[in-house]
Amino acid sequence: MSLIAMNTKTEQSKTSTGKRQVFINARIIDPASGRDEPGGLLVEGTTIADLGPHLRRNAPEGATVIDCQGNILCPGLIDCQVFTGEPGAEHRETLKTASLAAAAGGVTTIVVMPDTSPVIDQVALVDFIQRRARDNAKVHVHTMAAMTRGLAGTEMTEIGLLKRAGAIAFTNGKSTIANTAVMRNVLNYSKDFGALIVHHCEDPHLSNDGAMNSGEVAARLGLPGVSSVAETIVIDRDVRLVELTGGRYHAATISCEASLNVIRAAKTRNLPVTCGVSINHLTLNENDIGPYRTFFKVRPPLRREEDRVAMVRGINNGDIDIIVSSHDPQDADVKRRPFAEAADGAVGLETMLPAALRLYHSGDLSLLTLLRAMTINPAKLLGIGAGRLQKGAVADLIVFDPSEPWVVNKDVLRSRSKNSPFDEARLQGRVLRTMVAGETVYQVP
Amino acid sequence: MIRLELLAYLCQRDGNLSQTGEIDHSQLTILARRQLPRRGTPPIRTTLMTDTALQQSFEFKHRNLLSCEELSAPEINFLLDLADDAADRNRKINKKRDVLSGRTLINLFFEASTRTQASFELAAKRLSADVMNMTVSSSSVQKGETLIDTAVTLNAMRPDIIVVRHHAAGAVELLSQKVDCSVINAGDGAHQHPTQALLDALTIRRAKGRISGLTVAICGDILHSRVARSNINVLNALGANVRVIAPSTLLPSAPERFGAEVYTDMWKGITDADVVMMLRLQIERMQGSHIPSTREFFHFFGLDQEKLARAKPDALVMHPGPMNRGVEIASTVADHSRSVIREQVEMGVAVRMAVLEALARNLPQA
Repeated sequence: MSLIAMNTKTEQSKTSTGKRQVFINARIIDPASGRDEPGGLLVEGTTIADLGPHLRRNAPEGATVIDCQGNILCPGLIDCQVFTGEPGAEHRETLKTASLAAAAGGVTTIVVMPDTSPVIDQVALVDFIQRRARDNAKVHVHTMAAMTRGLAGTEMTEIGLLKRAGAIAFTNGKSTIANTAVMRNVLNYSKDFGALIVHHCEDPHLSNDGAMNSGEVAARLGLPGVSSVAETIVIDRDVRLVELTGGRYHAATISCEASLNVIRAAKTRNLPVTCGVSINHLTLNENDIGPYRTFFKVRPPLRREEDRVAMVRGINNGDIDIIVSSHDPQDADVKRRPFAEAADGAVGLETMLPAALRLYHSGDLSLLTLLRAMTINPAKLLGIGAGRLQKGAVADLIVFDPSEPWVVNKDVLRSRSKNSPFDEARLQGRVLRTMVAGETVYQVP
Repeated sequence: MIRLELLAYLCQRDGNLSQTGEIDHSQLTILARRQLPRRGTPPIRTTLMTDTALQQSFEFKHRNLLSCEELSAPEINFLLDLADDAADRNRKINKKRDVLSGRTLINLFFEASTRTQASFELAAKRLSADVMNMTVSSSSVQKGETLIDTAVTLNAMRPDIIVVRHHAAGAVELLSQKVDCSVINAGDGAHQHPTQALLDALTIRRAKGRISGLTVAICGDILHSRVARSNINVLNALGANVRVIAPSTLLPSAPERFGAEVYTDMWKGITDADVVMMLRLQIERMQGSHIPSTREFFHFFGLDQEKLARAKPDALVMHPGPMNRGVEIASTVADHSRSVIREQVEMGVAVRMAVLEALARNLPQA
């Protein structure tokens, strides 16, 4: 990525690779160090050269000045769960369009999921994604490889070779490994390579045909429900397997209080267990489905308000490690259907930060806590150097105004698919500029 | 007298001097013999006390050979010494002795085998026993009951020794309880394969002159390997440092309790090893998803020139066979000058002769 950033770009980079840009008059927030203070930040080439209060008004000579006008400057967001349609369903999303959406949403690193056609379960396919991303994407792209062949949940993939090829973690995508022995073997085997196992937790037998969270709303709507137990049972089982094997485990997106309790208990026992939550489950609940609105049909399904509140609490006390967009582009053909027949999934890259800021404006979460779950925490989980503001770190930065009000219009979203549950929502807070490795890849129009 | 002092010195160096301070001649001699060079002409050996006298004075008290767990270091060395002589004799034109003359040996194989069965047959024939081979198709028989029925039936035919291989752990032990003759375990499931461990030990001892203090890395499918279990027993008893190297999915639970250092990274595990013992990847036993592919297995756990370079320069390469070339061992390594894989086969016959001879001494003599 840094190579492209240096080679392909505009008139600004004519000077040299050591191009100097300085952000002044910013409120610098860096969750990694706990920093939240007025200041400035100097970028040289692709990396951060200096930062601190002394740069707030004093731009070094020869540097291009970017005046933040008191807005927040923080590390670019890292999104650990992004589905695209490349390869196989490019009409939904390509790596390029996903990266444009990411840049507009302040996300500078995305982790793409292997649920493509073909499934990313071979070394050559990991290589393919990386090459396509290198040539087309505006932000950093990491590949999560399949942990079973074809995501079928039976035969383990070449985890060692895939990791060497660059796979950043291993997952079964949107499907759960129902066979406990396979899950045990995967955790046991991946441990030797220090590989991270990311699991979507939903017992396929229990969730069979379910369209939304089971409960009163589902009953009234006459829709088949999925009990949250389907999720908790799998997490519970997996935690036991982690205890048995010592493998590194991450529950991709939890959605209910009971699951959170299992994760918390596992952490208390110092097991290598972490978990994430999607922005949808932090800001929406099952009531939002209203009159069968299929843009609110996601996996896991939106839960009760009590569960949403529990998720927010989990972020606040650190039991939930990361927030993901769970960006899942689906075209109109598969969304404009009767609710139970419609596809799951919601786009989220562009709205993740503004939607998360709802929790800041409501007083539930501090900015530091929110940003931690989208910057340094995912960076640590993936073992990458991004997500922090420090000298020498790659200059992945965003500037955002936390309070600018706006109304989402799905038609202007950059994602190729428009299935946003936040369409027409009033949000507060907007990304003004996104920089990836020293290169501005998005600027508010 | 000088000779005795030498023996005592050798004993102390080995740290095996009996705790009472008394010198047990048989043990001493065995220890002394271990210090001798095994290759080339053995002039010193003839100057020691006569072999036969000592070997006969030592009591090998087992009726059966079922597991290496039950063997003590002196017993193992006794067998290896006997086998050493057998190996020398096997290189002569007249290989035949009559210690099993008139005895009947049955090779009862419930699991297909070529080399082990042939090795036992040849060993028995060189000791003048009558040999009968029975290969029972295991898939067609009902396990427990049929096994015992078979044992009782065979027992009625009055054999002296039965050599048994079975796909189920413990089956040989079960069979041994139902017969009057000696039983030798030629491999039971993932449990034990004693003669393989003994022949490996003999091969190492002849090539290196000793076993005590050597670092032996056993690499591959430890979980399903009876060879690994037997070898860990024998090598530990003889004072070697044993390492096991395998992906976690091919390690038994609590592998550290076996008396071996456990490595899941072959590059580390093989470093400075004196002996690298590769195991056959038992693809036929892979129930479930233990490894993703043979390609990945070879990449991380196969023995190739690069990994072998981490071992000591004079490290031995061993494999119990049959080899999966390109899966657990590269052809260049299998056919390397450091490879003693063919010697292992040769020592197999010698060790089995020694085991047969030792057990036959405990059979009724009249």
